[in-house]
Amino acid sequence: MKTDWTALSVFILFFLLVTVIGFVAARWRRPDNAEHLDEWGLGGRSFGTVISWFLLGGDLYTAYTFIAVPALIYGVGAQGFYAVPYTIIAWPLVFLFLPRLWSVARSKGYVTLADFARGRYGSKSVAVAVALTGILATMPYIALQLVGIQAVLDTLHVGGGSSFGKDLPLLIAFAVLAAYTYSSGLRAPALIAFVKDTLVYVVVLVAIIYIPIRLGGYGHIFHDAATAMARTNPATGKPRGSMIPGPQAQWSYATLALGSAMALFMYPHSATGVMAAKNRLTVRRNLAVMPAYSLMLGLLSLLGFMAISAGVGKGVKGYNSQLAIPQLFQQMFPSWFAGVAFAAIGIGALVPAAIMSIAAANLFTRNIYKDLLKPDATPAQETKVAKLVSLVVKLGALGFVLGIDKQFSINLQLLGGIWILQTFPAIVGGLFTRWFHRWALLAGWAAGMSYGTWKAYGVAAAGKPGSHFGGSAANIPVIGQIGYIGVTALALNLAVAVVLTLVLKAVKSPEGVDETVTADYTADVEDETPISGDPEHGPEVIAPVTT
Amino acid sequence: MSELPEAKLPLVTPVRVICAVLLAAPFVALLWVGSYSTPTPAFVGIPFFYWYQLLWVVLSALMTGGAYVLFTREEKQRKALRVARGGDQA
Repeated sequence: MKTDWTALSVFILFFLLVTVIGFVAARWRRPDNAEHLDEWGLGGRSFGTVISWFLLGGDLYTAYTFIAVPALIYGVGAQGFYAVPYTIIAWPLVFLFLPRLWSVARSKGYVTLADFARGRYGSKSVAVAVALTGILATMPYIALQLVGIQAVLDTLHVGGGSSFGKDLPLLIAFAVLAAYTYSSGLRAPALIAFVKDTLVYVVVLVAIIYIPIRLGGYGHIFHDAATAMARTNPATGKPRGSMIPGPQAQWSYATLALGSAMALFMYPHSATGVMAAKNRLTVRRNLAVMPAYSLMLGLLSLLGFMAISAGVGKGVKGYNSQLAIPQLFQQMFPSWFAGVAFAAIGIGALVPAAIMSIAAANLFTRNIYKDLLKPDATPAQETKVAKLVSLVVKLGALGFVLGIDKQFSINLQLLGGIWILQTFPAIVGGLFTRWFHRWALLAGWAAGMSYGTWKAYGVAAAGKPGSHFGGSAANIPVIGQIGYIGVTALALNLAVAVVLTLVLKAVKSPEGVDETVTADYTADVEDETPISGDPEHGPEVIAPVTT
Repeated sequence: MSELPEAKLPLVTPVRVICAVLLAAPFVALLWVGSYSTPTPAFVGIPFFYWYQLLWVVLSALMTGGAYVLFTREEKQRKALRVARGGDQA
């Protein structure tokens, strides 16, 4: 296939537009002191409601939605649809614990989950464990976004056959991301979101209406997909996938959905956004945008089947599933609109990746650099460290892209999930009870992290025996079914935490000082005026939630 | 100000039970994969497995929204009651 110059031109045009906006944004409503970490990391916390809404709605559509989930459906069928129950059960979970988290954060001025862990358990080690896990788990998540941009550039034939040309799209994606975040902080993503969201909504609507009609309706699409799934994959000697999860696949389907939902608000970028919000309205806003998102995600994921029906990648040996959706768009849309769609996917991956790396950098600066290494750091030093760490986090993400089997990029997000889930007992447990002992939580966390990493390391990619980190599901001991490693590790984590808490309480081991009181967990805005001198909960703050 | 002793408000109330059921329903329905992993009955060519879960997007939205409204309303009443009992914030 030769290069589609129209699509490429439109794509570059939008990228240039976004680049210009990005650098203008750095000068937009210029703060008095740009060296201050709050300025770089939270946009000076002065975004209005309109901008907040744009960020909130648009950030939900990332490379996860456009590339990773449809690619899994394209590759194996029904199993990839777990993303729909995942986002559905995420809302009742949000309902259960976010208000308490918001209240205690407001009462005590916490802006990260590690802040909460330190305050609740009086334990720096638990806080550091939470912070480090957040930073580590963010890296593969950013990696997934990089893979998304790479897939688009690949489809546009940027880069060539040589070994350098093969990695060129990825390197371009990385360089652009690094340049944005480094120069403008969160302000760049906020303004870019205006362009991005318009593109995203148009592309989503066109894709889910126009493509099924062109392909002759859903009946036809599912028929073609069923035929393809039943065919034997020569690499594994088994059918390619299935249209309905069989009895052996149901445990993994359910645990993947549950684990992903529990992990969602443990990530630094989503937790901080929620905790720093002005009032409980944030929860309502999340509830308002999420159902529409789940529905769109479900329909977009079916693009994987549409790609099969349209014959994308048919007969190509070792086909990269991540290319299925960009190539479907290329085949179905006129060139100029394919360019628009690619721009939507590309920029849609860039913005959340920037937000994620900023959140991870803030977490490091606040809970590790300032708490442990240099308590007397000046704001200028903090900003410098945060910028540097955001670069390190992105380099880590690049490492994940290069080092891990890319058969299904969704594994990157699931790998991050295995790790971030291990902070769940300390955080969500801590929101409801002070029963757990801090050292027991730490031991549980260590057990869950080690077990999860060890198990994930041992999973070989399909058809590639001996490879590592090739999947996120493994045998659940005792139950004897295949399930998401993150949930198994969490169960182990909880068991260790419970047993050790009982032991430590029996020997009267010293508990940390809890600086929170019961009323902190139900405090609302009208209850009291915020604690004076609390700088963390000033004006409206964006609360980006990404998937 | 009322002369009532500072009796605590009940932890379990009918409204809270309804909220719990509304919030638990999506978990039970969607994590019990065996209850819907079947191709039939199909709807406009979409197998049951797929359209049933998409239907739950709507159901769960209504349930979570309903629980939110019920819970917030009761919280307001309880707060008013606490204030009436003499500012007991417990």
